[in-house]
Amino acid sequence: MTTRVRELLESRWVGPIGLTIAVATPFVNASPYVLFILTSAAIFVVLAAGLNIVVGYCGLLDLGYVAFMAVGAYTSGIMTTRWDLPLLATLPAVLAVTVLAGLVIGAPTLRLRSDYLAIVTLGFGEIIRLTANNLEVTGGPTGIYGIPSVTFGSVDLSTPAAFYFLCVAVAALAVLGSARLARSRLGRAWQFIREDEDAAEAMGVNSYVAKLLAYVLGAIWGSVAGVLFAAHLSAIAPQSFLFLQSALVLMAVVLGGMGSTRGIVLGAVALSLLPEALRDFATWRYVLFGVLLIAVMLVRPRGLWPARHHEAEVPA
Amino acid sequence: MTQLLWDGLFVGSFYALVALGYSMVYGIVRLLNFAHGDLYMLGAFVGFVALSAVGGLTAVTSLGALALALVVAMTATGTAGLLIERVAYRPLRGSPRLAVLITAVGASFTLEYGIAATAGTRPRVFPVRLESQSLEVLGVRLTVAQVLLMLFAVGLMLGLDAWVGRTSTGRAMRAIALDPRAAHLMGINVDAIISRTFFVGASLAGAAGVMAGAYYGKIDFLMGFVIGLKAFTAAVIGGIGNLRGAMLGGLLLGLAESLGAHYLGGQWRDVCTFVLLIAFLSVRPTGLLGERVTERV
Repeated sequence: MTTRVRELLESRWVGPIGLTIAVATPFVNASPYVLFILTSAAIFVVLAAGLNIVVGYCGLLDLGYVAFMAVGAYTSGIMTTRWDLPLLATLPAVLAVTVLAGLVIGAPTLRLRSDYLAIVTLGFGEIIRLTANNLEVTGGPTGIYGIPSVTFGSVDLSTPAAFYFLCVAVAALAVLGSARLARSRLGRAWQFIREDEDAAEAMGVNSYVAKLLAYVLGAIWGSVAGVLFAAHLSAIAPQSFLFLQSALVLMAVVLGGMGSTRGIVLGAVALSLLPEALRDFATWRYVLFGVLLIAVMLVRPRGLWPARHHEAEVPA
Repeated sequence: MTQLLWDGLFVGSFYALVALGYSMVYGIVRLLNFAHGDLYMLGAFVGFVALSAVGGLTAVTSLGALALALVVAMTATGTAGLLIERVAYRPLRGSPRLAVLITAVGASFTLEYGIAATAGTRPRVFPVRLESQSLEVLGVRLTVAQVLLMLFAVGLMLGLDAWVGRTSTGRAMRAIALDPRAAHLMGINVDAIISRTFFVGASLAGAAGVMAGAYYGKIDFLMGFVIGLKAFTAAVIGGIGNLRGAMLGGLLLGLAESLGAHYLGGQWRDVCTFVLLIAFLSVRPTGLLGERVTERV
């Protein structure tokens, strides 16, 4: 890579340029199809930013991330359809339920080795889906439909274009928020834990609390994405929250570069636009994803667009 | 009641077979092999292909064909396990655990969708269906097929127990589990032993896959996902890394599920398992037979 390209990739203008492109696209083409895909991509960026907190910054593998999306989507879906609440009014309840779920899953497992977390979150993702499938309040296998779109006071944001801009705004906040978190005291603690947990403990970092915070914060990002997802499709069903979805978000984070903000945004956008291009090769696409996951870890473990602030490799 | 217990033990013996591979691999390289459940699925599909190739089965020859399919499937899944270790895990030994966990997910994905792409995403009907007359023993209804499968599973487990406990390979395995570095210094070929462990663990999962295919009659490319989780739960219940614990855990999990499904309704069966997993991890993460060890993070 030439230095000029490298400079451009590293420059501080990458974020604003990306945001400008995202905002400008509907003015070029605003067909319902394009807006639908773009909105999905924006929601996917929120998911990737949230998972990046857990996997990228703190180095914890969460394989059931989509469960928190389900928690958010179902909580707001149930409240809006049963009690006719506006979508935004459900947010406090969504946050409360998500934090509770994050604590219930995270508190026992984060005391253990990190690989237990991976498989427990995998199980948790399945529990949430099966529970949603079995319960009556969640609409069973058919799910919930007729979820209203967002209204903000008297401002109606339910047109596809308005909703897209809302999603872009939320995505921008989510990305910025997670990047700012990473630079905070807590964020530095996370990266310390990721690089060497024993050393972090020895330096006085309470790694259990820090990991729990990473997990719960990641969960909040996920549930916000879930609320947007529910409003976007206006219907949710257990089928939307398969392990495949969690794996795709993980894929975006790993491919883009764990801990690299711009990398994961690019990864998320690419992964949500690519399937549209490769529609005919649906199954082979997933084979390719699996191979890519292995290849990236073997060849380029920092991802395709890595973060700048990584510790230099210590020669063994 | 006794019927529930028998059904639980029967399903539990499948779980135990898969859990053994999980536990063996974990014990020796401290790695959760996410692809393990998918090796079970691969076994079922290889068995399916082998049986279809034999074709035109009568009731008498079907048992022989099934035995042949078992051997073919066990060899194939064993080799697949070996390859996965060689390609996805060995180069990353010594790097952060997250990296290996991610390649494990990648291996699992590759297997699942590789099968989906070649064999199709619709469920396949297994060519041999073990249908046999049922017997009444002590008020429990059980079929000859169930008894045969269970005997085979128990035979495999006893064989494995003897292999690990009495052969030199088994001794080397236990030495590596205790301290890989010291084992290496004592002249044990660590890489070769790890390869053998993966082979044996994977072939047990493959055997369980063929047996499940023959018993339930239907296989699909995602069948390994839930069983992988359950086998992990079984391994945790028994104490991960402990082989007898994995067998015990499998049987106990089968029983717990059978009772849970009876009292709460069948749709809650899988939820029972995961709740049990989380409960065990919070209360007794070393499992029933595991020793208290200081965790090296």
